[in-house]
Amino acid sequence: MLAVEGLSKRLGDFSMHDVTFDVGSGEYFVLLGASGTGKTVLIETLTGIIPPDAGRVSLRGRDITRERVQRRSLGVVFQDQALFPHLSVRGNIAYGPSSRREGRMRTAKAVERLAGETGTLHLLDRRPKTLSGGEAQRVALARALAAGPDCLLLDEPLSSLDTGARGELRALLRRLNIGGATVVHVTHDYEEAVSLATKIGVMEGGTIVQIDTPERILMHPRSEFVARFVGIRNMYRGRLERGEGDTSRFIGRGIDLDVLTDAPPGPCIALVRSEDVTIGLEHGATSARNVIAGTVADVLPVRLGFEATIDAGVEIAAHLAGESVFRMGLRRGMRVYASIKASAVRVIQA
Amino acid sequence: MSRLLDMEPMHLVFAALGGLVLLFIIAPLVGMVLATGGGDLAKTAADPAVTSSITLTLLTSMGATLVLAVASVPFAWLLARRTFPLKALVNGIIDVPIVIPHSAAGIALLGVIAPGTLVGGAAERLGIGFVGGPAGIMAAMAFVSVPFLVNAARDGFAAVPVRLEQTALALGASPLRVFVTISLPLAWRSILSGLILMWARGMSEFGAVLIVAYHPMITPVLIYERFGAFGLKYARPVSVIFIGVCLALFVILRLVAGEKRHARG
Repeated sequence: MLAVEGLSKRLGDFSMHDVTFDVGSGEYFVLLGASGTGKTVLIETLTGIIPPDAGRVSLRGRDITRERVQRRSLGVVFQDQALFPHLSVRGNIAYGPSSRREGRMRTAKAVERLAGETGTLHLLDRRPKTLSGGEAQRVALARALAAGPDCLLLDEPLSSLDTGARGELRALLRRLNIGGATVVHVTHDYEEAVSLATKIGVMEGGTIVQIDTPERILMHPRSEFVARFVGIRNMYRGRLERGEGDTSRFIGRGIDLDVLTDAPPGPCIALVRSEDVTIGLEHGATSARNVIAGTVADVLPVRLGFEATIDAGVEIAAHLAGESVFRMGLRRGMRVYASIKASAVRVIQA
Repeated sequence: MSRLLDMEPMHLVFAALGGLVLLFIIAPLVGMVLATGGGDLAKTAADPAVTSSITLTLLTSMGATLVLAVASVPFAWLLARRTFPLKALVNGIIDVPIVIPHSAAGIALLGVIAPGTLVGGAAERLGIGFVGGPAGIMAAMAFVSVPFLVNAARDGFAAVPVRLEQTALALGASPLRVFVTISLPLAWRSILSGLILMWARGMSEFGAVLIVAYHPMITPVLIYERFGAFGLKYARPVSVIFIGVCLALFVILRLVAGEKRHARG
């Protein structure tokens, strides 16, 4: 669908260089990176607002590298929404279709349909300045979709929203993607990335340093930057079920965990920092609710200490001090027990 | 009174200086109005030479403003949005009519619109005579007042977030549609302000019009002529009426512009 090849742009001291990735039809591709890594420059280059110095962008096999902004068929939603303040919500959503002279009836129908999909039907006669952040972002999404783009580009669409609005919009984005929308979404928030992405590209210093599935990005970061940036190494998809007392039960593929959370039951992602996993040679050596038996798959030195990977049907990464590794004599193939406290498991609704 | 006493001494001095400036503006105008009798005003208001002169002044200034707006508003957008070689020089040229003596501006204009010149000759062939006619008056008014429109419109366009224009383009709108449906409505307040300023400046123009078209007489020229031929007593009622008409129009225009803004906001 969207293919980017060796895209480069120099802007003053900043340089975006050799950015290459592919986004398939119906895929949700998240570009994850800290501030100043070139995410917005990349979005603006894809949109055509900034011309690239080198590289190629193609959409559905058509080279759009030098195509005019208005002819690219890429819908863009900026972080600040950029709603037209002098138009009503209806006027904003209708802007794309009426620019393409689609006719009043068709435009009106498209507006009603998209307002329904994005939950903005009740806002149609309001002015943008009267909307909350979440409402404005929904309107911006509806407006971008109304233009009938082949691919949606979202620039930090959730970052200015409060927690509640963020959750709702995340669910909306997921629905749109399940409905077939192809999305490129840039963010600095790994939770946002893992909860939405089918594929993640990690940006560092103006280029993409790793592209992979969310699970592999977290479990197998290709560089220290990626490891430190995403922070969390253990990610498991599954379902949350009501447990006993104040804990819930996470049922994953190959791993079940007791979880201390108030999240509602349903599909979810469980995240555990490698620092929160302790390794012992005997079962029951700690008070942790989750003790999982496995064998040591690898022990590698990292910047501070070591990282052990335990094969317990699924991989579990544990960050250990050098002294602990030597005291236990950890080596490949050794039988160990990984302990994870119920309170150390973070749950994100999927 | 207690608020006055609470003020910083420096603020009090500045306020007093401001009062002097206001007095400097208001005193001559109030003095002129007070020195003009009601009878004289009524008689002057009924004078066909005066009424036709005021009508001519209002219409020629409005015509000059509207004709120049067609080119100046898009030009202002270009100045606000694009960078190009010698842009600083172009911005400087826009302000030239403000700084040169207006009688000199009239002489300069004559050099291009007088019969036999390139523009003047071409216009004559189309049946338009600049010198001594409304077209010449409009040209002189436009020359001295167009910077007010260009500068206000440029500032207005510059204040429109460029992100909105980029978003409209990304939604598939052509650059012209973006200009008409996004940039223009959002900069309208400044453009309207520029139009009012240009119209006002055109109406008060004297020097350049005097050189290009003494006749038909616009009101500033009529006031000058009555002062020269008959003295202060005869020039004063025309001045009071003209100032009254101008002020009334500007107050109405500002109110209308303000109401539109509220309706839109």
